[in-house]
Amino acid sequence: MSKVKVATVWLDGCSGCHMSFLDMDERLVELATKVDIVYSPLVDPKNFPDMVDVTLVEGAVSSTDDFNKILKIREHTKILVSLGDCAVTSNVPCMRNVYSVEEVLDRAYVQNAAVGKKPPTKIVPKLFDKVRPVHEVVKVDVFVPGCPPSADTIHFVLTELIAGRIPDTNAITRFGA
Amino acid sequence: MNPEELRKIAITQKESNAQYKHQICVCTAAGCVSSGADKVKDALNAGVKKLGLESTVQVKGVGCMGPCSAGPLVRVKVRVESEGEILYKEVTPENATEILASLDTGKKIDKLEYNTDVPFFTRQKKVVLENAGYVDPDSFVDYIGHDGYEAMIKAYTEMAPQDVIEEVIKSGLRGRGGGGYPTGLKWSTVAKARGTRKFVICNADEGDPGAFMDRAVAESDPYRLLEGMAIAAYAIGADTGYIYLRAEYPLAVKRLRAAIRQAERHQTLGNGICGTTFNFRVEIRLGAGAFVCGEETALIASIEGNRGQPRPRPPYPAASGLWGFPTLINNVETLANIPYIVREGGDAYGSIGTEKSKGTKVFALAGKVENTGLIEVPMGTLLKEIIFDIGGGIPDGGKFKAVQTGGPSGGCIPDQFLDMPVDYESLAKAGSIMGSGGMIVMDDTSSMVDIAKFFMEFCMTESCGKCVPCRVGTVQMHNLLEKIANNEATEDDLALLQELCDMVKNTSLCGLGQTAPNPVVSTLRYFRDEYESRLVRKGDNGSKPQPEEVKA
Amino acid sequence: MSPMTAQVVTLKIDGQDVSAHENDSILTAAREHGVFIPTLCNLDGLTTLGACRLCLVEMAGSPKLLPACTTKVSEGMEVVTSSERIAKYRRMVIELLFAEGNHICAVCVSNGHCELQSMAQTVGMTHVSVPYLYPKRTVDASHERFTVDHNRCILCMRCVRVCDEIEGAHTWDVMGRGTAAKVITDMNQPWGTSDTCTSCGKCVHVCPTGSLFEKTASVSEMLKRRHFLPYLTMMREEVE
Repeated sequence: MSKVKVATVWLDGCSGCHMSFLDMDERLVELATKVDIVYSPLVDPKNFPDMVDVTLVEGAVSSTDDFNKILKIREHTKILVSLGDCAVTSNVPCMRNVYSVEEVLDRAYVQNAAVGKKPPTKIVPKLFDKVRPVHEVVKVDVFVPGCPPSADTIHFVLTELIAGRIPDTNAITRFGA
Repeated sequence: MNPEELRKIAITQKESNAQYKHQICVCTAAGCVSSGADKVKDALNAGVKKLGLESTVQVKGVGCMGPCSAGPLVRVKVRVESEGEILYKEVTPENATEILASLDTGKKIDKLEYNTDVPFFTRQKKVVLENAGYVDPDSFVDYIGHDGYEAMIKAYTEMAPQDVIEEVIKSGLRGRGGGGYPTGLKWSTVAKARGTRKFVICNADEGDPGAFMDRAVAESDPYRLLEGMAIAAYAIGADTGYIYLRAEYPLAVKRLRAAIRQAERHQTLGNGICGTTFNFRVEIRLGAGAFVCGEETALIASIEGNRGQPRPRPPYPAASGLWGFPTLINNVETLANIPYIVREGGDAYGSIGTEKSKGTKVFALAGKVENTGLIEVPMGTLLKEIIFDIGGGIPDGGKFKAVQTGGPSGGCIPDQFLDMPVDYESLAKAGSIMGSGGMIVMDDTSSMVDIAKFFMEFCMTESCGKCVPCRVGTVQMHNLLEKIANNEATEDDLALLQELCDMVKNTSLCGLGQTAPNPVVSTLRYFRDEYESRLVRKGDNGSKPQPEEVKA
Repeated sequence: MSPMTAQVVTLKIDGQDVSAHENDSILTAAREHGVFIPTLCNLDGLTTLGACRLCLVEMAGSPKLLPACTTKVSEGMEVVTSSERIAKYRRMVIELLFAEGNHICAVCVSNGHCELQSMAQTVGMTHVSVPYLYPKRTVDASHERFTVDHNRCILCMRCVRVCDEIEGAHTWDVMGRGTAAKVITDMNQPWGTSDTCTSCGKCVHVCPTGSLFEKTASVSEMLKRRHFLPYLTMMREEVE
């Protein structure tokens, strides 16, 4: 049996969900016999593969960069999983939504900056007015709330998906925890 | 005053009216006042004085004559006894001299004449508005001189309370505020309810956009309303009444206040009404403009001095209303029907209209229709008669598309229903409601999505905020409608909109939320293509269309 | 009428024959017989409001859904407390609430002890399908001991009711309409400047979310203690 191709992606989030993923510890070894991590902040490949079976998305959609990434990922993914509150609810990143982008940049790069008090003009992707959860941008197949979802939860979700079932996450997840 | 004294006033007033050779009635309802009727009346009065005609020409202010868009309106009776009447439209103060000069010659002023031999006038049947346009709303004696208070005298002196209720039941009158609940049944429920006190409330918080039926009644014939309330009070045994009137109707407030004072002076209100031992006082409570206060439990909360928010029913106000006492709530038009019913009898009233919808109904015609204004027609009049005959059809050669009845709680009725009789059941079958009587006509330039959006915005801002589905659901539905109107929505958005319509309708606490989706549901039912033509296709990859900031 | 003289009626709840006092609500009768009906605005010891619409139930012979908290039982009534339709509506109510405010569970003082948060799980909500509204709302920390964060308020009006009905201060009330409605202290002045507030803290402890909290609490630390409420109400009724 060929291995299930799994990708993980990190949009506007704190990487906590990826940490939780790594918290699966020894179970990762067992998982590795069934899945290939084909794209992830945790592995080397720089380009998203042609078709992936499961992509776990951490983080909300905040910038042009997030947006382009998620469109591409959706196009090349069979089952898209919103992993964690930022992806599911936009969570902490969306706390800036009540302010304008200018106010946010000013706060970060001018008021609170020690040196070079100026918002960046290059490299840093353009921020959207509003941070949005992933499912407001593309279709999402599985929702896994939690901040972060526990290693057990992630393990359950992956095992179910590997087995070809869509996991019911309601009983084992909760927003915020 | 006892009945004899009241009847004496009536006779004196009739005689005094009859001694004038000519009578000039100037409409002084809000529509005509806003186009300068007061100045016209002043100019006519000044002219009469200047020409020394005080003893032969009577100039008086009267209530609404109907075709508001042609105001200021002036009606001239050339010779009072001959009953010949001429209606003048768009009269200016400068026309006063001409009008006065025309009285003796008997010659009409052609350029000002408003032809009354047209369906707008001939097809109407005035019951509620029988005095509007004839009686001086500021004058108690003029009202009584037009057979006012006859019904009250009859009820108080010849009928037992139960008899009055029987007549109302027999008349088949149904609530004119929107629900269409049988009035007689409501009265007998309150009459039977146990309570140490009872109240009558007149709901004059007319809030539907484009509706001004109740305003016209209150402005044109305030005594009629008070008479109706006093009869209701007698029938159910209430000692106090409240008129919950919106503060946006300053003229109605002024006239009703004056009317209450005059009525109390003549003991048609207050203590010992009509020489009996029955007491009934009426107070006005001004609404601060919240649409939801037209909902009866919110209205009661507002009168009690609380925040105007509805509460779940039961208990219904008939059992536990104002301060927990049994309370009768009727709207203005319902109560204005009562004097006619008592005076002429329930059977006479019941002979008007259809089997299940008796009597007449006042409608406020507005929108894309030639004759906008106030009309009163028998129930069961065909929709096309109202719009094309009475209303004069669509202006500028436009094509009829739909008519919105029942305001934000109602629905849009398309042209396939033009042959439909207008009554409670038929309107419901077509997906709308009678409501309070607003009729907004739309031609083929009107966008149904925009109409639905307009009404949703109204409900959204008027939601009291108490229950979740109405408070938040209306906002979500409005945003979705805006998205559709801006050509940014997908079929998923339309599906979500429909889901929210269903949810808000079935889960909201009061009528406001329960009916808020109606304009969307009815326009979707008949004009779905207008929604669908504005949808954008989803990306093949399941991506959703993005707002402008992303496309840039 | 005191329960001593109340009549007993029998009715069916989810097919189960139960008896109840005639003045009981459907909610009371259901709870007495171990049938769970979700609620948010309802709280034992306070008057009923019927605002959150979570407790809507189906009634045989009626197409209308009725709030279990404010609807009295009656003889022969047949109540259905859960169905696919009701479940969907309940989930939508919670989704609408999450979308209306700014509920960031992860950084909330009530995380893990929040009724809205746990209700989301109860009604099976894994995400919010309506767009988030992200309103701009304020936080009032002017009171020396308590804070009100309007971002987390769901307008259940428990604070308003407990302050009026139990404490008798009526510091809290509501102003505005629609989603602009908000709870206010006195005449919409900073809580810390309120003349009527007795600083009793009852409002804080009846608040179902992290909207009202004690200043000493950090993320997940705000535990609400409500056992006093039914006790107070019961004792008062006994004295009367």
